Amino acid sequence: MTPSAGTVEAQQLAPTSAAEGATSVGGPRNRHRLPRAKSATTLTPISGLGLGIALTWFSLLVLIPLTAVLVQASAGGWQAYWDALTSPQTLAALKLTVGQAVLVTGVNIIMGTAIAWVLVRDQFVGKRLLEVVIDIPFALPTIVAGLVLLSLYGPSSPLGVNWANTRIAVFLAFLFVTLPFIVRTVQPVLLELEQEVEEAAASLGARRSTTFRLVILPSLAPAITSGAALSFCRAISEYGSLVLLSGNLPYSTEVASVRILSSVEGDKLTEAAALASILLVVALIVIITLDLISRRVARYA
Amino acid sequence: MHDTAARRLTRWALRLIVVGYLFFLVIWPVALVAAKTFSNGLAPVINALRQPEVIFAFELTLSAAWWAVVINTIFGVGISLLLVRYTFPGRRALNAMVDVPLSISPIVVGLALVLVYSGRTGWLGGGLERAGLQVIYAPPGIIMATAFVSMPLVIREIVPVLQEIGTEQEQAARSLGASSLQTFGRITLPAIRWALLYGVVLSLARSLGEFGAVKIVSGGVAMRTQTATLLVEERYQQFGVVNSITAYTAAFILALIAVLALIIITSLRPSKGLTP
Repeated sequence: MTPSAGTVEAQQLAPTSAAEGATSVGGPRNRHRLPRAKSATTLTPISGLGLGIALTWFSLLVLIPLTAVLVQASAGGWQAYWDALTSPQTLAALKLTVGQAVLVTGVNIIMGTAIAWVLVRDQFVGKRLLEVVIDIPFALPTIVAGLVLLSLYGPSSPLGVNWANTRIAVFLAFLFVTLPFIVRTVQPVLLELEQEVEEAAASLGARRSTTFRLVILPSLAPAITSGAALSFCRAISEYGSLVLLSGNLPYSTEVASVRILSSVEGDKLTEAAALASILLVVALIVIITLDLISRRVARYA
Repeated sequence: MHDTAARRLTRWALRLIVVGYLFFLVIWPVALVAAKTFSNGLAPVINALRQPEVIFAFELTLSAAWWAVVINTIFGVGISLLLVRYTFPGRRALNAMVDVPLSISPIVVGLALVLVYSGRTGWLGGGLERAGLQVIYAPPGIIMATAFVSMPLVIREIVPVLQEIGTEQEQAARSLGASSLQTFGRITLPAIRWALLYGVVLSLARSLGEFGAVKIVSGGVAMRTQTATLLVEERYQQFGVVNSITAYTAAFILALIAVLALIIITSLRPSKGLTP
């Protein structure tokens, strides 16, 4: 807790704290942070009982089942685990999933920031409608999301394209479901950003592009990073929107989640758990990283 | 400023790109689904809704969502109070862990629940089944899967508000002799009621739409464990106009509920408000 450590990073990270009260709907938001223990008290008997009940439910619902995945994954020993992960079909699925997730996250970094920028800095009729549109992918059931994309990019597309059962379909589905993440993490930060600083930079002779690169972008970087992490996480775990859209063809459009499902349906639980454990570990890494970022930001806020 | 024209051009270009992107990715496709649902008029839609399988699927979805939301609300309020107002060992870890369900593939969620609660091979499932409680391939499993995926939503709404309101009022109430229940009912609950409402609406929307996790734990048998989203999948993959219209109708209703939930939340939530 030494305030002198890492001051430079702290300054760069600081703007994220503005995202605390983000206006977004639901998941894609900056994580909440806990207060320093100032106002918190130690457990009373009643709250202790409540904690016990809450933890029991949390264990039954989340902790024990997730542990079961890891245990099942190791059930066949290291060799079986390795074999399950390196079977050509699984490798192909992993490669496709991670590759498309990276690609989509890249597009989101640019488009998400642009959308947030337009929503905050631009004024035009129908902007409030766009606010709702941004959140639709988050609220729409994933199976419906697949159907929705199929209607414009599937066999009876009014555009005359048919991308169903191709890798483009996987790309589109990922793009659709991850749309809100970066927009909703960047938007509140942009809103809090003081325009005076930009004006000062401009009055000192900086060009628009220079101001953007040297003043705005560094302030947005932490928000973009956490939005990108969430978007990547969401993409690699996506399933529902692909069911009707991508055809789930092995070696071609089969993603990791579909591979896990077919292992479950084929009663190969150890194989399923092995691949699931990889997704779990990636999710945990992202969560821990975001927690560290938000804690570091909180410390200097 | 010599670059005003260039700046205006940039602004227009950016606006056009953003609106075009959202139009092709979200607006047009969503509108097409609505158009396809009603492509043959209203009668086939109403007929689709009269099918017993459809009625059953929506009833099952509603009841599972209801229980998941009730559980998540009680659990969410409780755990948020514990996380914000008390210190105990493992608090930080718990705070990070409650967000986990949002980042996990629904398929992994389903698999995890099957591994523990399956009557045949699960850690606890065999015992529970002997005690008369079937979880997997039955409504309890559907409720658990739904509760799992929507668990963090209430917590994420309440925790920031609890932090912001602080403890002064609660302490004042306590010092004036109010019991903890009175303090909660008179001070804490009114302060978090909007956040709680957002959280509940969000959980409900998420619960009604859960697909992957429910697919694994429920088995998706029509008239027994088939929820609305599973019905959409099954009907879309079957041949025939009636099945197709049924799939689109169910999807349209699910989409309508989702969009309505969004509109409710967007209009209730103070615009750009950083305060609750």
